[in-house]
Amino acid sequence: MHDNISAEEQVLLDKFLADNQLWLGPDPEIMRNHSLTPRSKMEDEILKQGLDPHQVHHVRGLINAALSEAFEMCNQMGAAPGAKWGDLVTGIYTAQGDLAMIAPHGIIAFAACCFYPVRFIVKNWIDDPTVGVRDGDGFIHNDARYGGVHNTDQSMMMPLFYKGELICWLSATIHEGENGACEPGGMPAAAESKYDEGIKMSPFKVVENFQLKRDLVTFLQNSVRDPKLQLEDMKVKLHAVMRLRDRITAILDQFGRDALVGTLRTHLEDTEKEMRRRIREMPDGTTRVLQFMDSSLRENCLQKISLAITVKGDRLIMDFRGTAPQFMNRAVNTNIASFKAALCTGLLQNVWPDLPHTMAVLSPIEILSDRNSIIDAEGEMPQAMSLMPLFKACVAWTIPMAKFNYSVPTKYSAIIASQYDQAATFIYGGLTQHGDVTGNFCSDINGNGQGARSHADGEHSISPVFGFMCDSGEHEINEEDTPIIRLGAQRLAKDRIGFGKYRGGMGYEQIATARGSGMWGFMTGCEGSKFPSAQGLFGGYSCPSYQLLKIKGINVFEELRKNPKVVEVFDIVKLMNEQPIPGGKYSSNDMGMTFELCNEGEIYMICQGAGGGYGDVIERDPALVMKDLQEDLMSHDIARDIYQVVYDEATLVVDEAATQQRRADYRKARLARGKPFDQFCKAWVTPEPPKDIPYFGSWDDTTKIHAQNPAIGLNVVMDATQIQGVFMP
Amino acid sequence: MKVLITEYLRINLDTEQWECRRCGHVHGSARDNYKKGLLVYDRDPREIHKPLLDPKKYARTYSPDPKWCRILEYYCSSCGTMVEAEYLPPGHPPLHDIELDIDALKLQWKDRKEVTEPTVGPDLALEKVKNNRALHAEHHHGHGHGHKH
Repeated sequence: MHDNISAEEQVLLDKFLADNQLWLGPDPEIMRNHSLTPRSKMEDEILKQGLDPHQVHHVRGLINAALSEAFEMCNQMGAAPGAKWGDLVTGIYTAQGDLAMIAPHGIIAFAACCFYPVRFIVKNWIDDPTVGVRDGDGFIHNDARYGGVHNTDQSMMMPLFYKGELICWLSATIHEGENGACEPGGMPAAAESKYDEGIKMSPFKVVENFQLKRDLVTFLQNSVRDPKLQLEDMKVKLHAVMRLRDRITAILDQFGRDALVGTLRTHLEDTEKEMRRRIREMPDGTTRVLQFMDSSLRENCLQKISLAITVKGDRLIMDFRGTAPQFMNRAVNTNIASFKAALCTGLLQNVWPDLPHTMAVLSPIEILSDRNSIIDAEGEMPQAMSLMPLFKACVAWTIPMAKFNYSVPTKYSAIIASQYDQAATFIYGGLTQHGDVTGNFCSDINGNGQGARSHADGEHSISPVFGFMCDSGEHEINEEDTPIIRLGAQRLAKDRIGFGKYRGGMGYEQIATARGSGMWGFMTGCEGSKFPSAQGLFGGYSCPSYQLLKIKGINVFEELRKNPKVVEVFDIVKLMNEQPIPGGKYSSNDMGMTFELCNEGEIYMICQGAGGGYGDVIERDPALVMKDLQEDLMSHDIARDIYQVVYDEATLVVDEAATQQRRADYRKARLARGKPFDQFCKAWVTPEPPKDIPYFGSWDDTTKIHAQNPAIGLNVVMDATQIQGVFMP
Repeated sequence: MKVLITEYLRINLDTEQWECRRCGHVHGSARDNYKKGLLVYDRDPREIHKPLLDPKKYARTYSPDPKWCRILEYYCSSCGTMVEAEYLPPGHPPLHDIELDIDALKLQWKDRKEVTEPTVGPDLALEKVKNNRALHAEHHHGHGHGHKH
């Protein structure tokens, strides 16, 4: 062997390595590139010839209608609970695998990650003689390491050939849930390595001649707890994509290849151009935000996400360096590609919702992260509960972009505080009352409170943080299919408010038990029990902390039989403070709970959270304070102490003059207790995190990463460019 | 020319100073951290997010844990308006959250008309939710199968 090899030898060496690759694992060349690929020769020729914009608009409308129809098929026929309320997408990609358009009601995050597996197929399988890509083939995939939100989501991807030429790719993706992981439902917080996460499908061919290969389907059915669901939804996705194929083929017949290919590429390039134009409208500079996650879902610990957004001309750089290190044996990590997909969601949900839902919105944005951080995790680590950092990514933009956008004369959407950003729902599993094995999650995950806006209160329980198009579903259907009984549902969580001049939208209580099953259990995966999650804006407060409450050791159905009045209203605060059910073991816990058996009639209670508040509380119109009291959203002591309003409790008539005086006095009290910034910092700032708190991430310097866990005497500071994953006890 | 930066802050491009939008008080150089001109108070989060569960019965009460989280309240030193509420672990350095390029800002606003009250953008996400809810209601209540809901 010698060091200097000739060009000829280099070609030989490269070919040898390419032909003899041991394992086609997640490919950094694909997975670390979220931008559009350069135009293909075909695209370039078509665009250089020029397109009729009216025809582009027409064709785009037809594609939208086709995507919508395929979406509707999955929505109506899909068996997964996620399919029922819209946790799915249908999409169309360029021949190179750039995701051009998704169904109008599809989950946005998919628009920014479903293309990775298509690019993998294009790169690896087209020319592989043992696989190949032919008309009538279909490929399945769920492993987020090859692209995707998380491994609960399964895709069906199909090439579209027209007159023998590969024109585009089509796909359908559904959050199926169950995937054979170590806990039911597909999102195991108990996973301590990636091998606890259940089935991991890199993209492979599962359809030939438009038919599912029964041998592979059988293998997949064997690998999950819900074999009926696995089969049914593979069929649903296949037939939805085949319908989509029919419609796109009809467009090709009518308008020709160039019109379709040109429209897809133009759509992408126009979106990228519009992104750059909007970035240019914002002031140059840097705005920053910190997010603190307070649980690994196994123990409480602070994990910092640090974000600095820099705008310079038409460049926008998101710098996440300084974020917490990845955990080697906790499930709350995410790979960077999934994290970027959630960023795309946040941009399209909270910042510029009018832009097309395509990967092109993220394409011009530069994203910096530390390798091996919790948002750019790699290697053997589990990421089954990646929702934790992903939900943070959905709102990461909100506060710093509001600080850029407030000055811009043209507003494309409302200035808004953070939406509640936790996956507040019950994940469940066990034997149903019909004797079937199942595992999945409830649709009331879709009730995160909206952040307050610069001109109005936030909307209550508006939608999930990842998709304003999702419905919160029908509990009745859930109760028919599973032993879950809702003792209380969709009742707004009184006094749990993100206060401000305008308050955040509130969340609802979720009170569940099980009945008619020999074996049933729940898990929950939320942070924010110690450190609030949804941030306020411009002086608005965050949401409060939230807890998981349990009443164990009782059977509420027996108790109600004995005394129908033992509980008259299922209200969490009343139940916990008054403890009306005798013999019950009442407890208040962190919102992260690994799978736990629920005996018949035991009670589990959580809340959807409130969005952050906007503006100073003492600027809140007293009439709005009275309205909240009237609607029983708030108690009197909070109205007085937080909003500083003087009024008659019986009539809710405000004493305007007394209120004005009270608020003026309150301002004076602020001036008396506040200290000048520099003087305050001298006393406040410490060189390191508090010694008694498990803390992960940078402190005062984003290049130094602290990993501190008093439980095991861990206290190290790492260089941000050389982060090593952390093991928890 | 004054540029509105937040609900409570603006930058006077002529003097290059941060100003309070409520009382006009000058906080300090626009090239520096506006927080330097404000008063700060370390608030126990339990005073804002009050315990809703009986603290004698439970350690976790819906209040943030004051050992993990504090609220830094920033007030205008003249009118007492609360400009920011920053949630931090105890001792964490306050964030320099807005750092603008003032020269670029001047250039950007050279040909723009001064804005004294911010425009309110359309709430598109909410509109979409409301449209969906209306569609859903129609689908479930107006399909003429004789169901009574």
